[in-house]
Amino acid sequence: MTDSVTAPKLDKPDEFYARLLTAHEGLSKAESDAFNARLILLMANRIGNLTELEALLEAARAR
Amino acid sequence: MTKLFEAPLYPYKWSPDQDAPSPVRHPVVIIGAGPVGLATAIDLAQADVPVVVLDDNDKVSVGSRAICFSKRSLEIFDRLGCGDEMEDKGVVWNVGKVFFGDRQVYDFNLLPEEGHKRPAFINLQQYYCELFLVERIRALQAEGKPVEIRGGNKVANLTAYDDHTLVTVETPEGAYNLEADWLIACDGAGSPTRKMLDLDFVGRVFEDNFLIADVIMKADFPTERWFWFDPPFNKDQSALLHKQPDGVWRIDLQLGWDIDKEKEKKPENVILRLKDMLGPDVEFDLEWVSIYTFQCRRMEQFRHGRVIFAGDSAHQVSPFGARGANSGFQDADNLGWKLKLVLDGKAPERLLDSYAVEREMAADENILQSSRSTDFITPKSEISRIFRDAVLDLSEHFEFARPLVNSGRLSVPCIYDGSPLNGPDAAGLPARTRPGSPAVDAPFAEGWLLDRIGGDFLLLGLGAEVPAKMELDGIQITGLTIAANQINRDLKHRYLGEVGSAVYLIRPDQHVAARWTGFDETAVEQALAIALGKKELAA
Repeated sequence: MTDSVTAPKLDKPDEFYARLLTAHEGLSKAESDAFNARLILLMANRIGNLTELEALLEAARAR
Repeated sequence: MTKLFEAPLYPYKWSPDQDAPSPVRHPVVIIGAGPVGLATAIDLAQADVPVVVLDDNDKVSVGSRAICFSKRSLEIFDRLGCGDEMEDKGVVWNVGKVFFGDRQVYDFNLLPEEGHKRPAFINLQQYYCELFLVERIRALQAEGKPVEIRGGNKVANLTAYDDHTLVTVETPEGAYNLEADWLIACDGAGSPTRKMLDLDFVGRVFEDNFLIADVIMKADFPTERWFWFDPPFNKDQSALLHKQPDGVWRIDLQLGWDIDKEKEKKPENVILRLKDMLGPDVEFDLEWVSIYTFQCRRMEQFRHGRVIFAGDSAHQVSPFGARGANSGFQDADNLGWKLKLVLDGKAPERLLDSYAVEREMAADENILQSSRSTDFITPKSEISRIFRDAVLDLSEHFEFARPLVNSGRLSVPCIYDGSPLNGPDAAGLPARTRPGSPAVDAPFAEGWLLDRIGGDFLLLGLGAEVPAKMELDGIQITGLTIAANQINRDLKHRYLGEVGSAVYLIRPDQHVAARWTGFDETAVEQALAIALGKKELAA
């Protein structure tokens, strides 16, 4: 499961990363935390499936 | 207005038991004439089981207290003969508004599923609920049913034996003893019975205080449920505004744990808070105010030999989701028929262990649900607060976030999955009516299906003929055949799905015991034995 949900899929990795950082520019720590939380919730809704979400939670635990 | 809760409803009266030379033995004694004790008494009395209810008070409870009665409770009241009184007096609402900080983030219309006799819930002061239950007991007494409520009877001591309990009762005319084959403790969260028997009450998941006020609005105000997260008039806490009958509005202000109760309860302080909440132009009278403290926990076991606990004495949850009184009625519903069959010698005593199994499962579900609501309403850490606020911010703009907003998930009946009383299931039939589920209502023959179910075991045949009457193992089973041409869309959707015919064995508390796609008397007999606790389902 983890393999299928974490397999490389990003269209333009550098572009996405730059936009993620740009989105946080000028935000305080609290504003950034809130932004991230909203983004996680939006992305979770986009995924929808609980099994996939669980696999992503598990993958995020690995460091 | 008349204060219903000031009039004695069941004043103390001398009972012949008080002069008996030796303690009089009763089959069932219930301690506590609150909603759960009264409902249990009605259920037993309707089934001709003699029952005595003891209460140290003589009135209905003061203030609105439990105000939200769920569809399942109304269905139970129907079976107890007082559903119409409750719904006729109650307030039905469908529109709610959610506020976050100083702004409204969204509103909603519940649009409940059609094809049910009762609405999803009603708002009704607890004292009305108790009044209608007492009136129902009076009506049963007039019919000669064996039920009495003894007001001014305070239980002072209990001695539990293997086959009965000795109860010492204090009255204004002195103390007396009586004996109970079965004792049912419905004496609330602080249960003196639990303490007298030195039993546990574990869990204490969290604790909180609520300021609850009943106010009478002097002008029109919409029939809506308003819920605030972190409002300016109650920083970092929640608030709820709810309509009740008689133009009374219920306001719940969460206060947190570490508070000065006496100061918070002072009317001048309450009025200041309410003015902040309602705005300077809304005129109101404060009718009642109280501080409600709750903890979230349950007894490890609801049955202790011949003593059985039901309602708040057995389990306590947060008020979010109205799971207190509503789950107590489900306790009563679950217990009544089992106790009758055991008393009649038609089922083994261990049938009552299934009461404990099923209702402990329900209590765990209620504690889980109300803990989740509490975690959302009162975030326990910085990060949970960040996510909670993110959900509320998103809910203003995006519909997807609204189901994440948790201001209480309204009480729905527990489905007893895995209960030892569940018999076989048949593949392909709808999941919502699987064994362990409460039968789902549907329109039927100018009326309602649930009005035809309950009190006795029932065999329901849909597109399959079942005998109109059967007696198996000394148990009467009523049959209800719904011919193929009588099966409407709701019945099909709720009981058949894509399958052509089905037979359901339904318990006296309207929960499904087993189901098949056709009638087979041997199969019914085996499922009945399982539902009576006489045998186990073969693997």
